[in-house]
This record gives sequence, structure tokens and C-alpha cells, in this order.
Amino acid sequence: MPETGVEPAEVPAGLRRAAPPRLPEIAEPDLVRHITELSTRTFGIDTGFYPLGSCTMKYNPRVNERAAALAGFRDLHPHQDPEGAQGALELMWRLERMLAEVVGLDAVTLQPAAGSQGELTGLTLMRAYFDDRGEDRTEIVVPDTAHGTNPASVAMAGYALVGVKTDPRGNIDVDDLRGKVGPQTAGLMLTNPSTLGLFEERITEIADIFHGAGALLYYDGANLNAVCGISRPGDMGFDVVHFNLHKTFSQPHGGGGPGGGPVAVRGMLEPFLPVPRIVRGDDGLSYDWDEPKTIGKVRGFAGPFGVFVRSYAFMRMWGPALRHMSEVAVLNANYVLARLKDAYDLPVDRLCMHEFVVSARTLRREHGVTALDVAKRLMDYGFHPPTIYFPLIVSEALMIEPTETEALETLDAFCDAMLAIAHEAAEDPQQLKDAPHTRPVRRLDEAEAAKRLTVRYLFEDHPTSE
Amino acid sequence: MSDESYPDELHYHEAHDWVRVDGDTATFGITWYAQDTLGEVVFYSPPEVGDSVTKDADYGELESTKAVSGVVAPLSGEIVEVNESLDGNESAINDDPYGEGWLIKVRMSDPSEVDSLMDAAAYRELVESL
Repeated sequence: MPETGVEPAEVPAGLRRAAPPRLPEIAEPDLVRHITELSTRTFGIDTGFYPLGSCTMKYNPRVNERAAALAGFRDLHPHQDPEGAQGALELMWRLERMLAEVVGLDAVTLQPAAGSQGELTGLTLMRAYFDDRGEDRTEIVVPDTAHGTNPASVAMAGYALVGVKTDPRGNIDVDDLRGKVGPQTAGLMLTNPSTLGLFEERITEIADIFHGAGALLYYDGANLNAVCGISRPGDMGFDVVHFNLHKTFSQPHGGGGPGGGPVAVRGMLEPFLPVPRIVRGDDGLSYDWDEPKTIGKVRGFAGPFGVFVRSYAFMRMWGPALRHMSEVAVLNANYVLARLKDAYDLPVDRLCMHEFVVSARTLRREHGVTALDVAKRLMDYGFHPPTIYFPLIVSEALMIEPTETEALETLDAFCDAMLAIAHEAAEDPQQLKDAPHTRPVRRLDEAEAAKRLTVRYLFEDHPTSE
Repeated sequence: MSDESYPDELHYHEAHDWVRVDGDTATFGITWYAQDTLGEVVFYSPPEVGDSVTKDADYGELESTKAVSGVVAPLSGEIVEVNESLDGNESAINDDPYGEGWLIKVRMSDPSEVDSLMDAAAYRELVESL
């Protein structure tokens, strides 16, 4: 270790253990074998098709990893002076502008660590904006199809939640909406396309209702993969957008991170963005901390930098053809939908966007087979199950998002499996009730696991390992 | 899990709650359909005795392996009793939704609200349409 010039810190005596912790003791190769064995039981996008709706589990190009591993990025210390980190700042500065272009807004902060933090940051920006104008607005409108994070973020940001219904075409019920927007309304939080995988057909009318009441529109970027290069939230009337870099712009995810949740805003919200901002001057790029109206810092250092490198590499690879990414995502989803729509119920019969929701309602009525049974059986066919029981307004929901990166052969194999399962439901429902049959564990007792989670090492089962 | 049933002596709210009226007291719970749709209940966050509940507004929270869901008050009033025995025994809500799985007892503030609820036949029709 090189000299750091920092005095080593001692753990205070009162916080030190009197005795070493009780840990299992096994031979190192046995530990390695155990971990390796566990690693063979995991499932990820690199082992199989993963159509988990709303999660955009696309293939993560290996070239992204190569870019993130470049020594100038990889070895950069978070405390490096800006003068010595010009390349990293340049990448972040350019990424901000590319993201702003994709959503048609004016300024971007890269800081938030994930979509959920992006939501809280975006709502906090809206609050700061209204406070600055001396307006006391207390309510945020959220449709009943929203991701659970939306109402949670609304509550965390100190707003009251106002729910709005969905109409039979899967759009926001505009008649229900009108009576709920007024001088108390701070804004709308909307995912477009919605969690039903449907584009909000009356979005400009909805935007006019909110803007007419002096309120703002927040775009949850969870489903941005459907619209890149085709339509822009800023043009639809949205004032704040959060991105999920790990979804749309390709990061390995699904195990808890790392994510990235940048936020883009229309110009009037820019003064409130988190500091430091990255600014370009005559002497290159630097951090600007001097923004009197800022909401402050929302994450340590510059944000999840490795994520920025991968997303930047991904976006540069597509370049102006980014539109093609979304077009193929939408095409793939519609292809799978078209093959499945006769075997499963379709809550709304429309062309879908990048994902769609079908229901196992009829399978349940006629054969007692639930969406959960279908999902478990899919594992036997080698596929990750889709999202199930969401959105809540569709009974026995199966939410399927194939993404743009899968080959036609893979999509067909998945459709074949879904159709075979629908057939099995009629012929041999018990086969589905008992699934999965081929995985390391069978049907887990999820309720018991939620009630009594045990993560402790059971010494009593391994008396020789102490 | 119990078999599907909607007892005739109960009143039903469209949010899948039932009411048993006894004088000026009403017992609330969730219907067989509600517990079946939710799946196995793993957590119940009850209100407190003395709290008031308002018809059509949430008074508690149920968590299953599928979702967290608010429990809607079918009538207005003041809570006189909560089902303490559900703590650690949430599965009673699934196993016996109209018996041991009851949630709260309320002293009604407006007994005429009962007229706005469905009878078993009407509720069964609603469930079949879903």
C-alpha cells in the first residue's frame, strides 16, 4: 500500500468484540466448491430468456464492460481533482446531453442511484419549484396501473396520493381525471407506455389538463425502451423524467444493482437540480457547487460512474439508429402477443408497445390453474417467468417483455412453451400445480418465507464446522 | 384454504369486504374472493381501538406474497375491538374469512349506510363478472 498521509483510525474500545465472532470453519476448497455450486444454480440473462415485464432484461453487450474496464475509468479515484478527471467529466457531460435529447428536455442530473431515487429526486425538484413560486400544492395524481414505487415516492416526498382509474381501452380515464385536478395538484406521475404496455392515447389532452391547472407532469422512464427515437416525453408535455439506465441503456441488473436513475427536467426546473453540476468553461470541465436554489446533493461522489460508462458506450453504439432499438422491442412484443392471444386472455385488445399483459383468468376458471402455476411451469421449460400479478387491475396477470435483443428462434421457443403450458392446463393441471419439476428446489412456501425468514447459519445441523 | 362461499346473513362492499350487523355494532372482514385473490396473507397491520373509520376509506393493510393491499371500511363508525388473535396467525384470514379471520368491530355512526351494501346474491354476481 502506498503512503496515504492519513492517520490510521482505531475502532473505539467500547465497540470492539471481546471474542472473535462465531463463524463456520470449513476448508477453503470446500467453500469455493460451495460458492461455485451455488453459482451454477442462478439464472440470468446470460443463461436464458428473461421476459420479466417492466424490467427490460435485455442482453448487456460485452463491449460495455470493456469500456468500463479501461484503466482511465476503472482506476479513477472518486476524490480525483476535476483537472485529473477530464475524460470522466467529458463522458458524463456528453451523457447528460444525449439523455436530454432522447427525452426532449433541457437539463439532466446523473446523480440518482436508481429509478426509485430518481422518482424521489424528481418529486423533490417539483416541490422546490412550487416552494420557490410560493405555491402550496399538496397532491400528486397517480393512475391505478402505476408501479408501486410511484405511490411510495409520492408519500416519501410528502405529497398526498390521488388515484385515477383506467378506462376500458387501458388509458387513463380522463373523465375521472378532470374532477381530480385543481389548484391543490402538484402534478401527475405517469409511465407511458403504461404498465399494461399501452401508449396513453390522450396524453396531450392530459398534459393540457395539468398544465392548465398550473401543475407539472412527471414521466416514469421505466418503459422508455418502447419510445426512444420515436416520441419524446418532453414533446408529450412532461416536465420531469427519470431514466432507468440499467433497463433502457443496458446494465447487468436484476440482482439489486448497480442501477442508475438520472433525472431530466424542463428549463424552469434546472435551477433546482442537485449539485454539483458539471459545467464546461474555458479551462475544461469542472464541478459547480454554487447553485443557490439547488435541492442539494442526492448521492455520494459523482453518481454510479461505471453505469455511466456502460450506458454511454451503449448509446454511442446505436447512435442515430437508437430508434431501431425501440422499434424492434415493440415488434418482438407484438409478435409474442400475436402468438399467445388465443391461448390466454387479453385484458385490452390493442397493439402493444414493448411489453404486454395477458391473463390466466380462463385457465383458472376452467382448470384451476393460476398465473403462478404457469410461471412456475415455465421454469421447467428453461425460461425465467414473466412478471405476475401486476398490474393489480388485471386478474391473474402475466406481464411479458421480450426486449429487442432476442432472436426469433428464442421468441418462438418461448411461445411454444407458453402454448404447451396452456394445453397442459387442460390435460394435466396437477403437472402445473406441482411445478417446477426440474429446478434445484420445488414449489417454495412463499408465505412462510415472508413470515419467518431464516438467514442464519445452522450450526446445530453442522456440528463439525465450528 | 377454505371453499368458496358468501354467507347469506352478511352484507357486502364492492371492495370485497363483508359486514355482520349485530344491533349497532358491525363486524368487518374480507370475503372469500378477496383472500383467494390476494393469496396467503403474511402480514396484517390493524388499526387501533378508538380510531374512527370512514365508509369507502382504508382502515388497515394486508400483505400477501402477491401484493400489499388496503382494507376498505364498508361502513363508518368507531372501532370498538380489533382481532388480536390474528397477530402471528394471519392465515386465519385465508382459512376462515367469515369466522376467526374477522378484522375489526365497529360501532356504526350511520346504520342507514348498511342499505348501500350488497346482499350475498348481488355480491356473488359481482364476483362472477370479474
